[in-house]
Amino acid sequence: MSAIEVNNVYKVFGHKADAAVRMLQGGASRDDVADATGTVPAVIDVSFSIEPGEIFVVMGLSGSGKSTLVRCLNLMHPPTSGTVSVDGADLQSLSAGELRQLRAEKISMVFQHFGLFPHRTIIENAMWGLEVRKVPEAERRERAARALELVGLSGWETSYPGELSGGMQQRVGLARALATDADVLLMDEAFSALDPLIRSEMQELLVGLQQDLRKTIVFITHDLNEAMFLGDRIAIMKDGRIVQIGTTEDILQNPADEYVSAFVQDVDRSRVLTAAAVMEEPVAKILLREGPQAALRQMRKRQTSGLLVVDARRRLVGAALDDDVIAAIQRDEHSLDAIVRSDVATVSPDTPLAECLIPSAESRLPLAVVEDGRLLGVIPRVTLLTALASGKNGAPTETEVSS
Amino acid sequence: MTLETYRIPVGDWIDVAVDWMTDNLEWLFDGIADFLSALIDGLGAALDAPSALVMVAIAALIALLVRGWRFGVFTALSFALVATMGLWADAMSTLSLVLVASAIAVLVGVPLGIVSARSDRAASVLRPALDLMQTMPSLVYLIPAIVFFGIGKVPGVVATVVFAMPPAVRLTELGLRQVDPETVEAGEAFGASPFKILTRIQVPLALPTIMAGVNQVIMLALSMVVIAGMVGAGGLGAVVFRGVTRLNVGLGFEGGLSVVIMAVFLDRITAAFGQRASRRVSH
Repeated sequence: MSAIEVNNVYKVFGHKADAAVRMLQGGASRDDVADATGTVPAVIDVSFSIEPGEIFVVMGLSGSGKSTLVRCLNLMHPPTSGTVSVDGADLQSLSAGELRQLRAEKISMVFQHFGLFPHRTIIENAMWGLEVRKVPEAERRERAARALELVGLSGWETSYPGELSGGMQQRVGLARALATDADVLLMDEAFSALDPLIRSEMQELLVGLQQDLRKTIVFITHDLNEAMFLGDRIAIMKDGRIVQIGTTEDILQNPADEYVSAFVQDVDRSRVLTAAAVMEEPVAKILLREGPQAALRQMRKRQTSGLLVVDARRRLVGAALDDDVIAAIQRDEHSLDAIVRSDVATVSPDTPLAECLIPSAESRLPLAVVEDGRLLGVIPRVTLLTALASGKNGAPTETEVSS
Repeated sequence: MTLETYRIPVGDWIDVAVDWMTDNLEWLFDGIADFLSALIDGLGAALDAPSALVMVAIAALIALLVRGWRFGVFTALSFALVATMGLWADAMSTLSLVLVASAIAVLVGVPLGIVSARSDRAASVLRPALDLMQTMPSLVYLIPAIVFFGIGKVPGVVATVVFAMPPAVRLTELGLRQVDPETVEAGEAFGASPFKILTRIQVPLALPTIMAGVNQVIMLALSMVVIAGMVGAGGLGAVVFRGVTRLNVGLGFEGGLSVVIMAVFLDRITAAFGQRASRRVSH
């Protein structure tokens, strides 16, 4: 069962919201509806489902409706139309009391400007959700202290938020959300107000915590690099609608429209894309037992000067180069054993492309992508460069490169 | 034909309304009058019961604890001056009127401020009413107050409450509206009820502004209580009024100086509470 299920959600602000939704459902554009009804359609026909333990990033520029959307997920903004369910329970059917209970126990939230209570100490801030739930004082204190420890703030319990730096304040915000043991974490531009260095520190903290905690996280951001670093899947929002949902690689390699491709242009692809995303099926390869004659034939067929050598179970043994092969044939050898070079440049599938550049530059053969000794694919230098360049203005497209 | 040939009898309407209220709501006014005079007399008796020396010492101690020794010494000397001018009983009578009127103004005004912070509609109804209360010449309140309650302390307190309440409403509303909306959202997102959000987040964060309102209420109450001296509310107001009607400059000045001394004391003490609240919030 999905952790969160959102079906055809609309959120329109204004008096004639229902009429506006009917117009939008009839296919009218957002601007026309806004002009005709005097409403603000913030979220338009959004559907998605999020699996337990997933980090789902909603990415969009300001005004795209992403912050409204995340508030639809705990009904702080009740949708004008459509359904939201959490763990299979339809939120709109809950009473006010049941909804408050759900917010106290199942869904917690982290805010852009932290939303801390300046008149309460750090630990009192972290205890807030438990206090609302009337958890006994001693247990409250203990759980809040544990949450503060998780985010690295032990020792700051009796300080006040105003005495902490921005990054530390957001750690308090995160601790407050974690202290309730909610399964779902809504993070609304949680790191956007922080300096770049602190921001990446917090991103790494979140990824580290997530490995143990396995929360379902909905993360809102306007920063595509952040989206791609954190997100298992990313939804890109524009003018209230979701224009594409997919993994980082889906979005980089197959942008759904002009808007998305314009967006992904500025992404540092070398850090976001991994070897696995761009690797190709290895064709210039040969089995170890096939011998020098077969290797020579293969090299002529592939018009290449070297082959990767694998064993019968596709484990990478090494490389055979053209001059070595010809020398072996002249020596009348029948095996490749003697000439296989083991110094092949290899990378693992999750290596970012930035770290493939130097090995690729130093290697005569395509980079071998290897996992547990098995050859998964290869990255020819030209493939690597194309992957890094594509999406940038004036960069050669794939067809131009191959012609 | 000029506009002046037509007369809209606003004054007559008001008179009719006031007549109707005196005829039909007498039981209500009597009840209010009994309650208020019991309150004022009780407090006045309590303040006047100890000797002036004891009360000066108590006031100086409060000043010392709240603001420090300088203000403690100032309070001791200035209150002693009031007593030695022979105006101590009048000062205590004024103080009891101010405290009763301010307490009522705050008890009514702060909840009204909370209501108008939460509802734009309530705010749009209350705002012109508050404007009226603040800009209407304060003597005008005394007329219906006398009609309903006769002369004495009760109409003085009623007129003072009406005159002094607006800052409590306005500053409570302002303070609540200025609370960072994200902290309110944080309350809501963790499942807190509206009442809990109000009492644990909004009011504590708005407290410095609310306290500034309370301070203003007390100051306005003090200034109005003097005017209420004209309708027989007694106290320092009566002293000043006597000085004016007899062209006795010395007496008028003594009464006025005593009012100033009370004002400084009440202002500094309530302002100190406001500063404490804001220190707690701005950590």
